[in-house]
Amino acid sequence: MPSGKITSVTEPTNQLHAASSSNDASLANRANDYSETVGNIRVDSPKMSMSNVDVFYGEKQAIFDVSLDIAKNEVIAMIGPSGCGKSTFLRCLNRMNDTIDICRVSGKILLEHEDIYDPKLDVVPLRARVGIVFQKPNPFPKSIYDNVAYGPRIHGLATSKVELDEIVETSLRRAGLWSEAKDRLDQPGTGLSGGQQQRLCIARTIAVSPEVILMDEPCSALDPIATARIEELIDELRSNYTIAIVTHSMQQAARVSNRTAYFHLGYLVEVGETNDIFTNPNHKLTEDYITGRFG
Amino acid sequence: MSLSTLFTIALIVVILAFYTGQRKALGFRMSGGAPHSLPFYHGSWFAVCVLLPAALFLLVWSVGDGAVIKSIILADLPEPFASQSTQEIQLVYSEITQLGQSSFVSNNAAALAASGKEFQALHSLSAQLKYSFASVLVFIGAIYGWTRLQPHFNARVKFEGTVRKVLFLSASVAILTTLGIIFSVLFEALRFFDSVSIVDFIFGTHWSPQMSIREDQVGSSGAFGAVPLFVGTLLISAIAMLVAVPVGLMSAIYLSEYASRRFRAWAKPLLEVLAGIPTVVYGFFAAITVAPLLRNLGETLGLSVASESALAVGLVMGVMIIPFVSSLSDDVINAVPQTMRDGSYGLGATRSETIRQVIIPAALPGIVGSVLLAVSRAIGETMIVVMAAGLSARLTVNPLEAVTTVTVQIVTLLVGDQEFDSPKTLAAFALGLMLFITTLCLNIIALHIVRRYREQYD
Repeated sequence: MPSGKITSVTEPTNQLHAASSSNDASLANRANDYSETVGNIRVDSPKMSMSNVDVFYGEKQAIFDVSLDIAKNEVIAMIGPSGCGKSTFLRCLNRMNDTIDICRVSGKILLEHEDIYDPKLDVVPLRARVGIVFQKPNPFPKSIYDNVAYGPRIHGLATSKVELDEIVETSLRRAGLWSEAKDRLDQPGTGLSGGQQQRLCIARTIAVSPEVILMDEPCSALDPIATARIEELIDELRSNYTIAIVTHSMQQAARVSNRTAYFHLGYLVEVGETNDIFTNPNHKLTEDYITGRFG
Repeated sequence: MSLSTLFTIALIVVILAFYTGQRKALGFRMSGGAPHSLPFYHGSWFAVCVLLPAALFLLVWSVGDGAVIKSIILADLPEPFASQSTQEIQLVYSEITQLGQSSFVSNNAAALAASGKEFQALHSLSAQLKYSFASVLVFIGAIYGWTRLQPHFNARVKFEGTVRKVLFLSASVAILTTLGIIFSVLFEALRFFDSVSIVDFIFGTHWSPQMSIREDQVGSSGAFGAVPLFVGTLLISAIAMLVAVPVGLMSAIYLSEYASRRFRAWAKPLLEVLAGIPTVVYGFFAAITVAPLLRNLGETLGLSVASESALAVGLVMGVMIIPFVSSLSDDVINAVPQTMRDGSYGLGATRSETIRQVIIPAALPGIVGSVLLAVSRAIGETMIVVMAAGLSARLTVNPLEAVTTVTVQIVTLLVGDQEFDSPKTLAAFALGLMLFITTLCLNIIALHIVRRYREQYD
């Protein structure tokens, strides 16, 4: 029973609030009520637009009635404690959840006015338009070149070897891996370091020229230097792509994103400009999370 | 003393020793000391001290005393027997050992009576000595262990060391058995190569293992060219692999990538049932159902199909091997990390593109390993071919004709009354050795490939 679980988890937090910030009555009262999203979920010209999305794993509901817009060429960060459903929500955006048998998605998700859960829609072009980078670098056991060329090949994006070479080079350049990889394109991608592997995966994703790139905790398996490298990369990519990034690091969200969405137990609690969220959160739960009081 | 009595006594001794040792160690603790190890280890180590030397002694003595007694008896064997050939002496000796039994009747009873008595006497003396020495060893072990059991004695380290040695001994049993098999086959094979040249055997194209018993018999010189047998074996194995590899691989891909969890839950065990069917039953199936079916089919098409065609045997053997390929490949494909699939699907690849371009290449070493294991299984398979393949060693690669295999020939050479010094019988060991070497090489290659694969994802 999802509803029972929610009460049992939130009750202690609520008591904590009552004790610690009793003078701020308006915030404290709202700590237990997060079914309504605080902040502006809609933008003027959305790239993607989600309305009333529910996600179920078998009987268990993981996402409750989430509505959110993602603007063109913005970086939106999704933060929240473990198990809050942010990754699940992200994976809905290019129907990666289809690969999980027991997962069921309801609600509306539009990519430029096109419903991506329309039964008539083919997921192959959808996933070419909305690419994804995973938490753990997962290069294929192929050469660096073939890793990047994989997407263009299956989508028939290049008509000649020269064209394919060009796509591979541009993608590797954009992912900031060209200088390190250009002399070893024929060596296996699995032989790179963790950070390089993740940049290879990003290169692989941008090789099919997606419009949106989803990133599911792309730096959680990397050291700080590799993380900084990926963050720089995200900053460069934002001029061409729309990026949605799930992260556990609030500093990272603050550094790379324009907007931030805070998830809690499957609900979208608050969304707003990143600066506002981190300096002046409107919801008690958001404040507690970003100030490190829980999560 | 019977074996069960011996075991009971040993068990009682061990339990007593363990408790005595443990009690002494508990005593250290009572008297305020801080022993190095837990009382359990003191008890265990003491039990090992008491039992192990005696047990090893009993083992060695029981293995060795037969040979010692034999040499003593044979040293003063009465004259008409002593000058006989080794093999006859062997027979006489086995008569001597059985003289004491009332049911045994011998023509030489009177002449061998003295030796028989001597054997009985030596035998009982040996048993007495054996158990007395063992008891003394138990005693010595107990005294040694008791004096060493002191508060600061590192019983834990010593006992762990003993455990390690015992485990090592157990592990070496399997290796020693393999070596034993190799040598027993090897020596018989070498005897065969004394009479038939190894070059003729490996490269000869004519197989007709008929040896004359008398000099004037027709067809006295046998031909021992193993090439037709190996060609026949490879032909049948190749047909089997042509059936098993595609079917097994595709069913593995279906089961691991397409099938729903529920279908997989009952389909996989069902497929593995195929592996549990006795090969004799497959033999029936090949000989009684498939072979006539193929012959009739061939007749209607105007082809002459032998009633024991390689095709029929190969097909049935292929069906038998399907579960080996599919089950192992299925495991290997499942071991490909889900992140690989996600990566591919995330780029918009379809299921079949993902399988062809990511999963199969990633799982290829494991698949090759499973196929090689299946090949060595096919080459070594005996029962199906004995029942359904032919006996005539024809050098052909036509699957519609009858061929024979190495294993079939080994069986025919060894079944029935055979003299163990004729090349005809010894040829079986040479064939067995060749077969063993072939499958051993295949297995080594397969294991090597599988191991390399494992390193890739760990």
